[in-house]
Amino acid sequence: MNKHSTTPGSNWDVVVVGGGNAALCAAMTAAEEGARVLILETAPKAYRGGNSRHTRNFRCMHHGPLGPLVDSYTEDEYFSDLMKVTGGKTHEGLARLAIRSSEECLPWMEEHGVRFQPSLSGTLSLARTNAFFLGGGKSLVNAYYRTAEKLGVTVKYEAAVTHIELDDDRVSYLDYTLADKTHRVFPKSVVVASGGFQADTEWLARAWGPAAKNFLIRGTPYNRGVVLADLLDQGVEQVGDPTQCHAVAIDGRAPKFDGGIVTRLDCVPFSIVVNKNAERFYDEGEDVWPKRYAIWGRLVAAQPDQVGYVIIDAKSLNLFMPSVFPPIKADSIEELAEKMGLPPVALKSTVEEFNRSCGDTSNFHPTELDGVRTTGLNPAKTNWARPITEAPFYGYSLRTGVTFTYLGLKVDENAQCSVGNRPIANLWAAGETMAGSILGQGYLAGFGMTIGTVFGRIAGKEAAAYAN
Amino acid sequence: MQTDFLNEARRQAEICNACRYCEGYCSVFPALHAERAFSDGNLTQLANLCHNCRGCYYACQYTAPHEFNLNLPQALANVRQQSWEEFAYPQSAAKAFQKNGALIALMATVGFAFFFWLAKQVATIGGEGFYAILSHNMMIAIFMPAFVFPLVSIGISLRRYWRSVDGGPVKFVHLKKAFIAAAGMKNLRGGHGDGCNFEDTDRFSQGRRYAHQAVMYGFLLCFAATSSATVLHYVFDMPAPYPFWSLPKLLGVIGGVLLSLGSVEMVRLKLKSDKTLAADKAFSGEVGFVGLLGFVAISGLLLYFLGSTTAMPVLLVLHLGAVLAFFVLTPFTKMVHGFYRLAALARDAQRTK
Repeated sequence: MNKHSTTPGSNWDVVVVGGGNAALCAAMTAAEEGARVLILETAPKAYRGGNSRHTRNFRCMHHGPLGPLVDSYTEDEYFSDLMKVTGGKTHEGLARLAIRSSEECLPWMEEHGVRFQPSLSGTLSLARTNAFFLGGGKSLVNAYYRTAEKLGVTVKYEAAVTHIELDDDRVSYLDYTLADKTHRVFPKSVVVASGGFQADTEWLARAWGPAAKNFLIRGTPYNRGVVLADLLDQGVEQVGDPTQCHAVAIDGRAPKFDGGIVTRLDCVPFSIVVNKNAERFYDEGEDVWPKRYAIWGRLVAAQPDQVGYVIIDAKSLNLFMPSVFPPIKADSIEELAEKMGLPPVALKSTVEEFNRSCGDTSNFHPTELDGVRTTGLNPAKTNWARPITEAPFYGYSLRTGVTFTYLGLKVDENAQCSVGNRPIANLWAAGETMAGSILGQGYLAGFGMTIGTVFGRIAGKEAAAYAN
Repeated sequence: MQTDFLNEARRQAEICNACRYCEGYCSVFPALHAERAFSDGNLTQLANLCHNCRGCYYACQYTAPHEFNLNLPQALANVRQQSWEEFAYPQSAAKAFQKNGALIALMATVGFAFFFWLAKQVATIGGEGFYAILSHNMMIAIFMPAFVFPLVSIGISLRRYWRSVDGGPVKFVHLKKAFIAAAGMKNLRGGHGDGCNFEDTDRFSQGRRYAHQAVMYGFLLCFAATSSATVLHYVFDMPAPYPFWSLPKLLGVIGGVLLSLGSVEMVRLKLKSDKTLAADKAFSGEVGFVGLLGFVAISGLLLYFLGSTTAMPVLLVLHLGAVLAFFVLTPFTKMVHGFYRLAALARDAQRTK
């Protein structure tokens, strides 16, 4: 970094670091306030949008039907749903701000090109709380880039920000590389919206130990936390535990990066899940899957080799959404064990023990807590416990799939970052990079997009106001 | 059917079925999400439901360079194209013409030549206007079989299609739903009503939908013009030529203008579109077909405007030659898609009840 080219005419009001939902919301808002805005997106155009490419909905408070959403979803209900999944580890003030602002976001999103659709087949339980994007997150990202460009926002792809220079309590300049050249810009305001660090496996391993090498990254390979680390090194206030993240159990055959939604498996409630020693380790029927999918990532991460194995039989095969890779299939439990690399005798005995502790299954109901449970088994299975007896038998391997990490930049209600106990005059953060300011642990479906949209808009407005 | 195309479509459909983000775009996805496994028949039906609006492609997070390499519009277009060749009667004609614009042009030229030859051979005595070149009965003698043969051929194809997609007895309500969907080109509206992605990557526009509507309604108006003239001729004993303020002329002129403009616009949009999202090697056949359709319309209009000039005999021969080629080729060119679309929409109406 010995020679910097300063792009002529590059007196930007606002530079937005990142190119996903939060970044775009900030950029559009700032541009609408009259600011000259530059987006620096690390990914090439085909992969622009960060994890937003893989999202599908936006959790939204509403009083009465709104867009695709039915009935009402009040602030208190939303907040209580959030408290349940985070076990109380939630910043109430910022969470309520996100929740309250979500209602006005939905029409704003439509005005900026997002189109919604009714709840997808297989996700009817979310029809009241989550507004689904027509075409998913990439279509949202596409629409926002079109709108941003119409508003005069400049976008540079494959522009990797390497350093944001903090001079006491303000940002003085920012360096990025583009096509092997380093550039330096001196914007009046900077918004960081470049996600977590989950794609940097080394960093994950520092937090989790070597186990992290076995994790799969569900989203973009470009969120490596470069800017986050750079700012934390300069003493910018941080928040969150480095081992906390939104992680789910996904198909063990998923690609290392970018597998997205299709790698999820919804069969756990109808199965038994064992570790590589063919031992069960948790109640598979604790609650309906949408409320439990987010805890299984950590459960699997705690098992030897960070892997789990789901076992079901023929009668359960069609009870869940189809999987992207076909299940492993066998005519006997022993054969299935061999195909999956599990000890056959141990698996057979685990299945038999489970089957013996199943009772009356006549009340079995796949979509409700049916109370069809085991007796005398440890750990118990407290719903949907039907013996695994009907050949052919099917199996999936499960691995931990990390969506995004929670260690991030601490912000206040203006999305502003701080150093020591003073705000940084011209630095704001939005989206996954500051989500840890709200979420301590756990995850609520669709809340990531709420945080990104609400705080992206706040950051964009504040950044533009400062620049003006 | 070539199993490569079917297997590729199956691979992609299984990924789509685990995602479902595109459910609201068109009729393909609800039908796809209703299955757990995809038979060849399922894929053939999905392929013919797909209008190649491309909304799903640009929304897809799994398109290349992603390793899943999804390109559902192309996968379905290949199966669709293949199904038209497979079900055609006779099959060899479809294999020859479907993907070959040059052969379509050649066929039109053969049509021109035939009429030039005929006009020279047959001296019509006492006819007026166009009939001074060829008598009405002569035209009927040529066009009757050229019209009936395609209908029979398409009938056979649709029967084959219906069997392959496991269609049940057709009720009025199925046809009603199919015709309503086709009339408004529902599957090019994009679910949100903003249209489709075709000529400018992920930007939604009504361009292709409107151009297609112009072609479709233009064609139907021209067809209605000819039909009304037939009725006037036989039922009311009112032979051509007709004045401007008559049913055949009004329908024909409006239809001809729509069809001409629509065809030109369709070709223009097609040239701007990404060819990798369409069926392999079908571009020339499709442009050849739209070109022929456009030529029929434009020559018909010129015939109207220049009908009393010395250009008339030449224009008439060109027009009739093109119409003849168009009719004869209907079962073997893109024209046949309309029939398959209606069948697929009717089949889908059976699924949704």
